Amino acid sequence: MKDTPLSNCERDFLLKAIEEKKRLDGRQTYDYRKMKITFGTDYGCCFVDLGKTRVMAQVSGELVAPKENRPNEGIMFFNIELSPMASPAFEQGRQSELSVKLNRQLERCLRNSKCIDTESLCVVSGEKVWQIRVDVHMLNHDGNLMDAASIAAITALCHFKRPDVGIQGDEVTVYSPEERDPIPLSIYHMPISVSFSFFQQGTYLLVDPCEREERVMDGLLMIAMNKHREICSIQSSGGIMLLKEQVMRCSKIASVKVSEITELISKALENDKRARKAGGRCGFAESMPQERITALKTDETSVEMTDASERANDIVENAEVPPQTVPSPVVPAPGVGQVGQGLQNTWGLEEEEDGDEEEEEQQMEEEQDEKEDSREGDVVEISDSEEEEVVILHPETQDKSSKNAASSSNQKGAETSKQRQKK
Amino acid sequence: MFSGLREKVGQVLVPGDEFSLEVQETLSLTEPLKPEKVLLGPGLKRRGDRKLLVVKSGVLRHKQPHVFWVENHQRRYVPAKGETIIGIITVKSGDVFKLDFGGSEQASLSYLAFEGATKRNRPNVQVGDLVFAQFIVANQHMEPELVCVDSAGRANGLGVFGAGGLLFSVSLGLVRRLLRPRSDVLSDLQKLFPCELVVGMNGRLWVKASSVQQTLIICNLLQSCETMTTAQRQQLFRRAAQGAL
Repeated sequence: MKDTPLSNCERDFLLKAIEEKKRLDGRQTYDYRKMKITFGTDYGCCFVDLGKTRVMAQVSGELVAPKENRPNEGIMFFNIELSPMASPAFEQGRQSELSVKLNRQLERCLRNSKCIDTESLCVVSGEKVWQIRVDVHMLNHDGNLMDAASIAAITALCHFKRPDVGIQGDEVTVYSPEERDPIPLSIYHMPISVSFSFFQQGTYLLVDPCEREERVMDGLLMIAMNKHREICSIQSSGGIMLLKEQVMRCSKIASVKVSEITELISKALENDKRARKAGGRCGFAESMPQERITALKTDETSVEMTDASERANDIVENAEVPPQTVPSPVVPAPGVGQVGQGLQNTWGLEEEEDGDEEEEEQQMEEEQDEKEDSREGDVVEISDSEEEEVVILHPETQDKSSKNAASSSNQKGAETSKQRQKK
Repeated sequence: MFSGLREKVGQVLVPGDEFSLEVQETLSLTEPLKPEKVLLGPGLKRRGDRKLLVVKSGVLRHKQPHVFWVENHQRRYVPAKGETIIGIITVKSGDVFKLDFGGSEQASLSYLAFEGATKRNRPNVQVGDLVFAQFIVANQHMEPELVCVDSAGRANGLGVFGAGGLLFSVSLGLVRRLLRPRSDVLSDLQKLFPCELVVGMNGRLWVKASSVQQTLIICNLLQSCETMTTAQRQQLFRRAAQGAL
């Protein structure tokens, strides 16, 4: 089936809005959409929500014979599936140009950067190695599939545990999880792809383009980077000429975004680990007994306001709304990491108005207090501690706790450099 | 005869629910027998002679005297004769345009079906333009057909439009709420700031206000109306009015 065509009026409006530094969903130029990481019941299953874009990654392992030229290295296999569920324009069972492009980029991002120790996947040299297969399924397409896919894939790889194997003589025994604890993969670093779209021959730049923005963009630059600020792959498409300083600026932004996303991933993994250790069901399975199909989904259209003071009110409003519609807390399930859900997206640039910021900060503090209260209450009953499982990253609160002063100072540095360049 | 149906008005029905329209068992000999009619709207189907089958899940609605339909949540549009929609021109070929209106297939629009158009005087329509048009043919077996004139040959609001505004999609339920006479959402929106609004029955809305910012605000407000109660919506609109003006 054909995709809905983009009308001329949408195209004109989008370009005009981008010129005025406005985006359809009220984001700033360098903002990501709300991101949420959820895990499935099994090891190695991960869902990533990036705004309305939704991606699932599943990792599986198999014992196979190694490649001839690399007898003691495991095999990594990546597969991206663009199902018609994501968008009516995707066709089943045919390799489209987009899927080839995404697949290639994911391979470059994860395999060629050597982020996984393939030698540790060797069981018997030249005879048996583990083949790790990563299947990435697109569940909904609202732009920026690559970033969502790379985050989902690396998170699923971090989450995955392969069964333990024992060798007695010539015999290889695969132990079930009951006999011996499964072993996680050894991962050196986590490359994450960040997409930049360019408009008007590179005059305007947007981070994390949504579907309609992707349609009107002139060019796309994808930078895969890890938190040590090492670029793992870089690819530009769309045939656009980029200046050296533009690429430099993008890589600076990417480093900030990557450090934030890496932190989110590790928090989500940590939460999931804790939830699993506490026993009980976690991940997607948790939503089943509640029989609420919307359990993992809270849709809220963010409303953009002219005034930052209004935005502070918006937070109050948004904080109030969920309990009215859903009696239990919005937090979907244990073992979930999410960013910005239900709150204003504070990534990227901070507001310049000081008075308003204070207000916002107060609001944050209040919410923080609330959270702490609920935590104290939850110490007794661990099973009820749904609130604990959420990770909400605020730059402000991070500054206060000065946990990762380095990353926030990086961010500030990048911002000031951006502002300087703007001037 | 319709007592079973009347009882269920305002309640939630699911596909597969059945109503049997039984004739009264005792006929009075003195009163003249009036044949009763019922008009079935979307979501209700006749099954056999005296049975009604519900085919959509939603709330049963009733309009005097005998109109019944099921109001449901849906995003996929199914064309119906007489409805006005917003379409995007995808192909210009020969003497017809092809339009995408969000349905399962494209609709055709003759270039003669515009106000004042003749064989010589062709309307100026480009690929990608927005058209507000009305269905004159819409059924299961034929390609849907649109016109941009009424029966008297006047445009009457139909035709090409859309310079400078923003097109976006909402659910069909919200569109019906907007098009209701004395719509509560629209009356709230009117208090905000002046804007042009085109509502297509296919779930597409087109908004134009004086600035990009205002257009975006209206667009976001309308999109968030979908999941809000009246009180929440009015509060939001009030805050929008304070913040933007």
